[in-house]
Amino acid sequence: MRMDFIIRLLRYLFYRIVVRLVVLIVLGLNVRHRERLPRKGPAIVVANHNSHLDTMVLITLLPAGLLSRIQPVAAADYFLATPQKAWLALNIIGILPLKRQREKPDEDLLAPCYAALEAGQVLIFFPEGSRGQPEELAAFKGGIAKLAARFPEIPVTPVLLHGLGKALPKGEKLLVPFFCDVFVGEALYGAEDRRDFMHRLESSMSALSQEGNFPSWS
Amino acid sequence: MSTGHISPTVLWSLGGLFGILIVATVVYLFLKKTRPATDFTEIGLRIRSWWVMVAIFTLAMALSRNVSLFFFAVVSFLALKEYLSIIPTRRADRRVLLWAYLAIPLQYFWAGIEWYGLFIVFIPVYVFLFLPLCMVIVGETRDFLRSAGTLHWGLMTLVFSISHVAYLLVLPTAGESGAGGPGLLLYLVFLTQSNDVAQFLWGKSIGRRKIVPNVSPNKTWEGFLGGVGTTTVLAVVLSGLLTPLSIPLAFLAGIIISTAGFVGDVTISAVKRDIGVKDSGRLLPGHGGIMDRIDSLTYTAPLFFHFIYYLYY
Repeated sequence: MRMDFIIRLLRYLFYRIVVRLVVLIVLGLNVRHRERLPRKGPAIVVANHNSHLDTMVLITLLPAGLLSRIQPVAAADYFLATPQKAWLALNIIGILPLKRQREKPDEDLLAPCYAALEAGQVLIFFPEGSRGQPEELAAFKGGIAKLAARFPEIPVTPVLLHGLGKALPKGEKLLVPFFCDVFVGEALYGAEDRRDFMHRLESSMSALSQEGNFPSWS
Repeated sequence: MSTGHISPTVLWSLGGLFGILIVATVVYLFLKKTRPATDFTEIGLRIRSWWVMVAIFTLAMALSRNVSLFFFAVVSFLALKEYLSIIPTRRADRRVLLWAYLAIPLQYFWAGIEWYGLFIVFIPVYVFLFLPLCMVIVGETRDFLRSAGTLHWGLMTLVFSISHVAYLLVLPTAGESGAGGPGLLLYLVFLTQSNDVAQFLWGKSIGRRKIVPNVSPNKTWEGFLGGVGTTTVLAVVLSGLLTPLSIPLAFLAGIIISTAGFVGDVTISAVKRDIGVKDSGRLLPGHGGIMDRIDSLTYTAPLFFHFIYYLYY
């Protein structure tokens, strides 16, 4: 009980102080339509993924009171690789680990997400699967459509992130300051027709990317 | 709060800035009330941002000399970050950009320890030669020149030029004036910013003939000349209070600041036009980004500094 409290405090301090300072002073954000972000759980936030900073930025933008409910959905094989990494990922970052490979043929890999949403959590979901090539939008995988179809009443808010892949791309340890763009789209709701949902999600993301003027980076 | 490092005259002048803001706010509220058909949202945002900027500036000036230097270092950092975020950059240059950022604390440190010799050559010589070396070590030659050139241009305008404001602050008191370096700093910053406002207001009210249509279609000869006139009058009026300048020299200072301010403004406009953005950022509602606010200062600061330096040091 005591330990649990300390861990929650550490997590709170980490996100509200350390991450906030880095995000607001070293980086600097240009947020559009912040009011479209969810104010209560259960909810799903969907974003493109180029950097470990993506999660950090999204969590600083969500309401402080929601922090204990926020869980970034992340790959178990990567984040739980070593005991130290696993402790950090589960307790401080607060991820919801997801397996990428089925162990049994009928296993539903999204089952932990169902449980979390039923418990009123706010999930941060990166449908590109991995961070990929910096500042490039990869094709979205269909898991999000399946999740949304199962919970058609839960809002799915698309967020386009730009610049974080420049500040801290995959495989780099040095953080280089850049102003980053965060464009929030209108919430979408799941439906039986998953392909249609994916289409709506992708067109919302591409409309958001048209709002900005992104300089070339290669 | 100890304010021994700045003279009462400078403190009173800082107070005067708030007086001007109060007048501007009252005029704005009056216009908004009497002319409900006109949209004053942009002006309102601008005035609100001015309040924040003047408050932070005054606090930085009043706290201590080092806080003021730190304040201008932060301004340089934010401006350079804005610049590097809107121009095309290469992935290979990530580390090089970090070195470029590191030039900021060093440049302001040289100002802090009053090492003029290094202050004046550090970025134009050492950083200029060092960053391409880093780029060679990285080994990417595609767009090498574009990258080295744009990076150095950003450092020269947003760090080197702006740091001259900070160096004014550490200059020892010259001549009869008791206001010293802080007086000169306030004189430069106030005249540069009021020149922007004066050019805007003159242009809005009587502006007709475009002056640089391809770069900045809203800029007019009337705005420019009105600004030069207003700023020169202010330069002469304020010179006795804040500077050791005689009236003819203050007249010249007014011409330098107003003309240079205009050139700085349109130069940054040309850069933004080249990149394809209207504002450099969104940090200052109504104004745009930091770069939009200090564009004139990138020209006025080094020119006014060397004018003073030549005359008195």
